[in-house]
Amino acid sequence: MSRIDFDIAHLLAGLLVLISFLELYQDRLYSLLNVYAMHALTLAASVAWQAFVQDAPHLYVTAAIALIFKAIVIPVALHRIIVRLGIHREIEKVVGVGPAMLAGIGLVALAMVVMLRVTHGADPLAREDLAFALSVVLLGLLMMVTRRNAVGQVVGFMSLENGLVLAATGAKGMPLVVEISVAFSILIAFIVIGIFLFRIRERFDTVDVGALDRFRGERR
Amino acid sequence: MSFDALTGVLLIPAVAAALLAALPNYYRVSARLNVAATTLTLLCALSLFFKRPPPGSYLLADDLNSTFIVLTTFVGFTTSVFSSSYIGHELETGRLTPPFVRFYHAMYQVLMFAMNLALIANNIGLMWVAIELATLTTVLMVGIYRTHEALEAAWKYFILGSVGIALALFGTILVYMAARPVVGEGLDAMVWTVLVTRAGAFDPALLNLAFVFLLLGYGTKVGLVPLHAWLPDAHAEGPTPISAVLSGLLLNVALYALLRFKMLLAVNPGALAPGPLMVTLGLISLVFAAFMLYRRRDIKRMFAYSSIEHMGIITFAFGVGGPLANFAGLLHMTMHSLTKSAIFFAVGHIAQVKGTQRIADMGGLTETHPVLGWGLLLGVVAIAGLPPLGIFMSEFLLVSSTFARAPLLAIILVFGLLVGLAGMFLRVNGIAFGEPRGPSAKAQASYVPMFAHLSLVLAAGIYMPAALVAWFQNVAGLLG
Repeated sequence: MSRIDFDIAHLLAGLLVLISFLELYQDRLYSLLNVYAMHALTLAASVAWQAFVQDAPHLYVTAAIALIFKAIVIPVALHRIIVRLGIHREIEKVVGVGPAMLAGIGLVALAMVVMLRVTHGADPLAREDLAFALSVVLLGLLMMVTRRNAVGQVVGFMSLENGLVLAATGAKGMPLVVEISVAFSILIAFIVIGIFLFRIRERFDTVDVGALDRFRGERR
Repeated sequence: MSFDALTGVLLIPAVAAALLAALPNYYRVSARLNVAATTLTLLCALSLFFKRPPPGSYLLADDLNSTFIVLTTFVGFTTSVFSSSYIGHELETGRLTPPFVRFYHAMYQVLMFAMNLALIANNIGLMWVAIELATLTTVLMVGIYRTHEALEAAWKYFILGSVGIALALFGTILVYMAARPVVGEGLDAMVWTVLVTRAGAFDPALLNLAFVFLLLGYGTKVGLVPLHAWLPDAHAEGPTPISAVLSGLLLNVALYALLRFKMLLAVNPGALAPGPLMVTLGLISLVFAAFMLYRRRDIKRMFAYSSIEHMGIITFAFGVGGPLANFAGLLHMTMHSLTKSAIFFAVGHIAQVKGTQRIADMGGLTETHPVLGWGLLLGVVAIAGLPPLGIFMSEFLLVSSTFARAPLLAIILVFGLLVGLAGMFLRVNGIAFGEPRGPSAKAQASYVPMFAHLSLVLAAGIYMPAALVAWFQNVAGLLG
């Protein structure tokens, strides 16, 4: 692999981690969705680049799914949902921006230390891709933890799945079955979530997950 | 492709699901169809004992998963029998409407399909997809009552389950990365039968890391403490047949996935021993859940915690390893599936006649509903591990083999078991005996599935046929 191929793949994967950080401190749902769309767009570019570099045409399908479905359809649909629910202004975070960013930096450091130490036998691209992917996964988890709003948690989960796709495409020659399944699971997950969001709204008049805690089974 | 038993256990539920989704809302017809489909699947699964297709790159049947498939399809079959009377009652009382019942039946078959697929998958990617499908189906079923509690439970289960599943996928990718330099790119590097023959040459560090992710990921689905938070809610708020299937089967399926990866690590001399990790998580689950049993107010939540306790015991047994502990683990898993689903069959009808799941509103069941009351009591005696029932056998084996190898661990194990036993009997005493309390309706129940399970457990406790012992020993040997 030539130097420039490697650099571009590296750049795109690093960008994905950076955008994960951007997602972490958004305090409006609208802007959060916009940043998520950017996240998915970067993923699409990264996957397409991997398809080109690895000469693996089936990866273009994954890239197309990321582009059309994750970067366009889902953000637009979620935009509509939050407008309809009238919650586009609100967002409550459990922890402030400062601690969340610090925790994020810690997680990325952890991912680097773990992955780079473990994979020194593997080829450099796959190795660094994997380290970035683990960072994105961990940042997605952190985002799910730091948001109380159901929509925010869903976006966190989706960016976590983006990290998984990055890892799967970085692993050279991985059979297509997994990529399709990841894309497919996003679809299913989204439908499920869509149903849930409406149902939650219907029953609770809020999508604040904190409100759900009142109904915990033990307190009846 | 020719028709064989493996295609059968996948095709029958898939076709049945499509039919049940397409058929109009005739409750009786769909309930019977549901039972018929699970019966056929069970017969197909049983034929695996006699004739097996050779392993392909997607599907595999060996001694290990045949045991799991037969157990899964058997409990799936009895649960469908129980479900037809349970759901009939829910329709009468209006808790479920006909469209939801139709949805429920279709989903039941999809769940059977997903669990069978996870068990016979020879491809670690396919196995992951199947477990994801099973998770999504159960999320939909848990939320089916559309009450506050049911939605909260489903949401929590969905979020925690998805995170677990995502971590498991990362682990799966890492296994592929470890396999690629040795096996080569492409499909073969995800085929389990290929992996297990070549795993000795894999990079041990990558394999270790992969196992940690897989343990956390699939461990969430097994319900190991501290990843268990979804489990009590999901069991308590969904329809009771689903609680039975969740407890008796889905937890096993997730554990089965873990065992497959444990076997990979066992082949590699440089990899860490997965045993201590599983032993630790198992013991934590056991002791934590045992303490939680005391002061439960909801009967289904109590038995959900008991499931965490028993999954802890089983994980512990497989973590200790060796022929004897593996044997005990397999036996315990089988007995737990049978007993716990029998208990949920009883609990489902009890909650229906009482109109509530609150333990405080139940009392003197042995007087008002003797069959249900004594059935529940027998189930609890079995699950608590008292002789002469099957769980006593497996727990006794496990405790004695642990005492021989790691006495300190055995003390914690026995302590957890005793605390669990005490907590559970304190609760059940009030339910089964004393003055009759709370509302009471006439029972319209099908007792056959419950007593079928319990008599099997009793029979296994008194006398295990030599063929069965030999079979379990053989499978325990495979697990290493």
